Amino acid sequence: MEVVSLLVIAFLAVAALAPFLLAPGDPLAIDPLDSFQPPSPAHVFGTDESGRDIFTRIVHGTGASLTIGLAATAIGLGLALVFGLLAGFGPRWLDFGTTRLLEVLFAFPGLLFALLFIVVYGPGVVTSTIAVGLSTAPGYARIIRSRVIQVRTSPFLEASVVLGRSARFRIARHVLPNVAGSLFVLATLGVGQSIVWASSLSYLGLGAVPPAAEWGAMLSAGRTYISSFWWMTFFPGLFIVLSAAATTLLGRAIQQRGRES
Amino acid sequence: MAGSLSVDLVGAPARSGARGRLIRWALLRAGGVLFVLWAVATVTFFALQLIPGDPAEAILGGPGSQASAEALAAARAEYGLDAPLPVQYLAYLGRLATGDLGTSYALRDDVASVILDVLGPTLLLAGLSLLVASLIALGLAMWSTRGGRVAAAVGSLLEIVAAAVPHFWLAISLILLFSTTLGWLPPVSVPGGLGLVLPVLTLAIPLAGFLGQVMREALLDALDSPFVLAARARGEGDGGVFWRHALRHAAIPAIGLVGWAFGSLVSGAVVVETIFARQGLGRSLLSAVQGRDVPLVIGIVLVVALAYMLVTTLTDLADRVVDPRLKARS
Amino acid sequence: MTALLSVQNLSVAFGATTVVSGVSFDVQPGECIGIVGESGSGKSVTARALLGLAGPRSTVTADALRFDDTSIADAPPRRLRSLRGRDIGYVSQGALVALDPLRTVGREIGDSLRLHGGLNARQRSERVQSLLADVGVPEPGVRAGQRADQLSGGLRQRAVIASAIALGPQLLIADEPTTALDSTVQAGILDLLDRLRSEGTALILISHDLAVVSRLASRVLVMRGGRIVESGTTARVLTAPRHPYTRQLIAAVPTDRPRGTRLGAPGPGAPFGNSGDPSEAGPVASARPFGNSGDRAEDALETAVPSGSAPRVPEFPKGADGGPGAARGGAPEFPKGTGAAGAREAVVEATGLVRRFGDRLAVDDVGFVLERGRTLGVVGESGSGKTTVARLVLALDRPDAGEVRVLGEPWSAVPERDRRGRRPLVGAIYQDALSSFDPRATVGAILADALSGGRSRRPGTEVAELLEQVGLDSSVAARRPRLLSGGQQQRVAIARAIAPRPRVIVCDEPVSSLDVSVQAQVLDLLDELQRDLGLSYLFITHDLGVVRHVSDDVLVMRDGRVVERGPTEAVFEDPQHEYTRRLLASAPRIAGAAPRG
Repeated sequence: MEVVSLLVIAFLAVAALAPFLLAPGDPLAIDPLDSFQPPSPAHVFGTDESGRDIFTRIVHGTGASLTIGLAATAIGLGLALVFGLLAGFGPRWLDFGTTRLLEVLFAFPGLLFALLFIVVYGPGVVTSTIAVGLSTAPGYARIIRSRVIQVRTSPFLEASVVLGRSARFRIARHVLPNVAGSLFVLATLGVGQSIVWASSLSYLGLGAVPPAAEWGAMLSAGRTYISSFWWMTFFPGLFIVLSAAATTLLGRAIQQRGRES
Repeated sequence: MAGSLSVDLVGAPARSGARGRLIRWALLRAGGVLFVLWAVATVTFFALQLIPGDPAEAILGGPGSQASAEALAAARAEYGLDAPLPVQYLAYLGRLATGDLGTSYALRDDVASVILDVLGPTLLLAGLSLLVASLIALGLAMWSTRGGRVAAAVGSLLEIVAAAVPHFWLAISLILLFSTTLGWLPPVSVPGGLGLVLPVLTLAIPLAGFLGQVMREALLDALDSPFVLAARARGEGDGGVFWRHALRHAAIPAIGLVGWAFGSLVSGAVVVETIFARQGLGRSLLSAVQGRDVPLVIGIVLVVALAYMLVTTLTDLADRVVDPRLKARS
Repeated sequence: MTALLSVQNLSVAFGATTVVSGVSFDVQPGECIGIVGESGSGKSVTARALLGLAGPRSTVTADALRFDDTSIADAPPRRLRSLRGRDIGYVSQGALVALDPLRTVGREIGDSLRLHGGLNARQRSERVQSLLADVGVPEPGVRAGQRADQLSGGLRQRAVIASAIALGPQLLIADEPTTALDSTVQAGILDLLDRLRSEGTALILISHDLAVVSRLASRVLVMRGGRIVESGTTARVLTAPRHPYTRQLIAAVPTDRPRGTRLGAPGPGAPFGNSGDPSEAGPVASARPFGNSGDRAEDALETAVPSGSAPRVPEFPKGADGGPGAARGGAPEFPKGTGAAGAREAVVEATGLVRRFGDRLAVDDVGFVLERGRTLGVVGESGSGKTTVARLVLALDRPDAGEVRVLGEPWSAVPERDRRGRRPLVGAIYQDALSSFDPRATVGAILADALSGGRSRRPGTEVAELLEQVGLDSSVAARRPRLLSGGQQQRVAIARAIAPRPRVIVCDEPVSSLDVSVQAQVLDLLDELQRDLGLSYLFITHDLGVVRHVSDDVLVMRDGRVVERGPTEAVFEDPQHEYTRRLLASAPRIAGAAPRG
């Protein structure tokens, strides 16, 4: 299982960094006569409304799409880290306040927060990436906070006190490394989720737009043609699923290893 | 023997305290809900102040509407847009308290009634999806605990994939399969049961992925536990073990997820209602966002937040019923 | 008379691993047999196999596995289910988890009745209450409506027994029914089981505790590594054990063993017959010269020293006599050894300690003096406040009133920043060694960290020295504690505790979760270290046998107060307080072993 997901991730990495190795064509090359072609030996995944080869566009769009996923995850985790650490380490009132804040943020479930953000700042790649990052932050923050509290109240922390270690030492040497471990797993699981959500926003027309060879943009363009030219949306979507599944599996595998080692 | 008992005794809790505790809990809960609602309303209000451009223009059809100065002034007066910010805020809160959600810019209709129109179908969709998802998750969990290691691996894989699938892609694939190719089901929502099948499936499958994972782990844990061994030692068979013991333990974490599931379903509804051309809260929200219809956006967000708080309160109650240990603790 | 239960050549395997092999025994109606073994001996798996509950991945084979006239090995599932609960009852350890935490006790007990009897709900409810009354649960009507977590440990165990005997089975299998219970509670449960036996129920009593088994069983089987190594009547096995393992097991029990005597044999390869070793009272003198016999290398499951290594001489100081109550006359090889031999420096002084949690008084006016080189034992049942006292001495908690002083200087009253520099003086070891280690650290990292805060210039060699001092091979340094055995983990914890050269170590139930033979080795190690390093110990435990063996002086605590104190022998020989007397009377002793003195 992990082997498969590693292979998928390797493929994606190559596609992101050196797309011409896998798809030598030009993702932006228009050929109006060839538009809306179904999958065939010439165009493995068919062509879109301007005759561009979909396979090529998918491969070349990998970098942009993965970047969006990574960026959104980074934003989300970064914010979450700040709040989670504050809540976990700070005095009681800070914890209380942060938890209340998180509760309020949770009342904007799922995409709603992102949509609210987009209402204010308008659609587009950047805003949708930030929006996704912001909406995932509360969930991560809650997990980080409880992990911090769990580690802080562990017996081995007390053993460190008995040895005479200062609070700063304990935090740096014991608490943070133990929290960081979970962080990595969260990140791998989160990248997949962020890619899925960002693409959903793009699908709704609120994210990336053509002619960018980015998966979300392709979805957005293909939206109107679902029933007739399904391949325009199906294949980019397939790659989104593969990326999200591969990163999730990887994250779980790392989690398993961490438990066993 | 008598001497040893004296260290044994633990006082039985008084029954009369239970009702008082429940009332206190309910009051605390209600207070919490009100607080969150107020906070949500405030956050929304201030967020919307950040929208660039002149709200009066938006009311009259968006920027570039060539509205005259008098029309703009009239709109401002009608919507109270020239009052200072704190006054606007208080007026806003006041209106909310009386249930007045304002008037939609684009639809020229009372926001509250717009929402009421579309609330029903969305609730129906969400409710059915939750039900179907729970059944699928339960079935998967049960099957994978019986079927040995292979079934467990397959079940686990299915769950992960199901959780990684975006709603729009699943919808397209299902339409392709059941509509275009097989022709069993309609590709867009039609009145009547059949029109609900694909939308419900689209929402239910990813949710079943998450719920299934959680239930499966809890189930396996429960089946391995000493009290199940003790039950078997009393003569309990596999069926009795599952229904009387393991199921309840597996349900606890799943119930905890329902609140989150609701949020996920509402988000998903935005996509699903759009693809299947179903009338509903999600679709209305999307068009409100696209059209920057501020009052409608606020209204929907608030209603969803209220619903979310209600759902979490209900699941908390359900949790206390399923796990009586919680009652004693608070 | 035909045997009620007949087992011949029983084997249980999980995949490729054989966990039980060649086990044979009979149980006559109304008889009680005991199965004694440590963890990994296969005793629990055997018990479950008797019920056909060894598990879905198990392979159970036997020449005969017969209960009454049913062959358990071939019986169809339905037949087995009707046997379980009705003809054979099963009581397991840890009643908190043997009862479904989400259901009421009454429901759990009622299940046996529902599965086998024809009673309706009301009849079942009545029967449940009469069962609870029968096993000695007060207010059965109220208790039946409560869940396991609302009952105390003893009542829970009684409820589990009630559910097992609900239908009056002919055979009751009890697997560690009294572990983790306080001594007085334990005595009550054993009395109950004894009564059931006298009323005609055959009993298979499984335990790691020889004393518990010897109290009720007429015959004893000793299991090790999945096999029965010895069997016979209780009296014979305990007074004249034949198998070396049995002898080792008996020798390892600290009850009635004088202060300073070794409980276990030293690590493999060590020369034996030290002049320092006294002979001890009691009938098991033949267990002494163990040395390098072939069995020994196999027995030493706990030391990581590979058997080919060079012999390590245990460091018994010359002239130590180790006789009962002898003064620790030898000067420790430690700096600061000033003062005449008679004057004893007070290492820890506690006066008037009070600690309250809400409206519960956990520690009520506790005071004591711990002198250099001596061990003060603190014994009490759960809830007595002994752990809170430990935390106060370790300055992990602040007393509401009273004070702790270390080496004459204020300790508890001082802010942490001033106290931190002196923290190396006070060390600690706990019951659960593993959870006191950073899960991401290797043994070497843990110890290097303890040596001067990780700033030691040559951590490698110092760590190796520490490991050697506690009887572990230096290769352990690269491993993670999670992969070590319980005894090894505790040794690492001890190494960490002595690394900063403390004067006193607070030991909070350090051997309670270890097997008896491992416990013996750890207690011996602590003894050695005390002599070599001049340590003082504050030793907290609920186990009376252990406390008697390790302490010079003892405090008996109950409900937060010290009810009795004094030199160990004096308190144990002639307890003054009524609670102390009750406590001592309830402690199970190995029947047949001569009481000391």
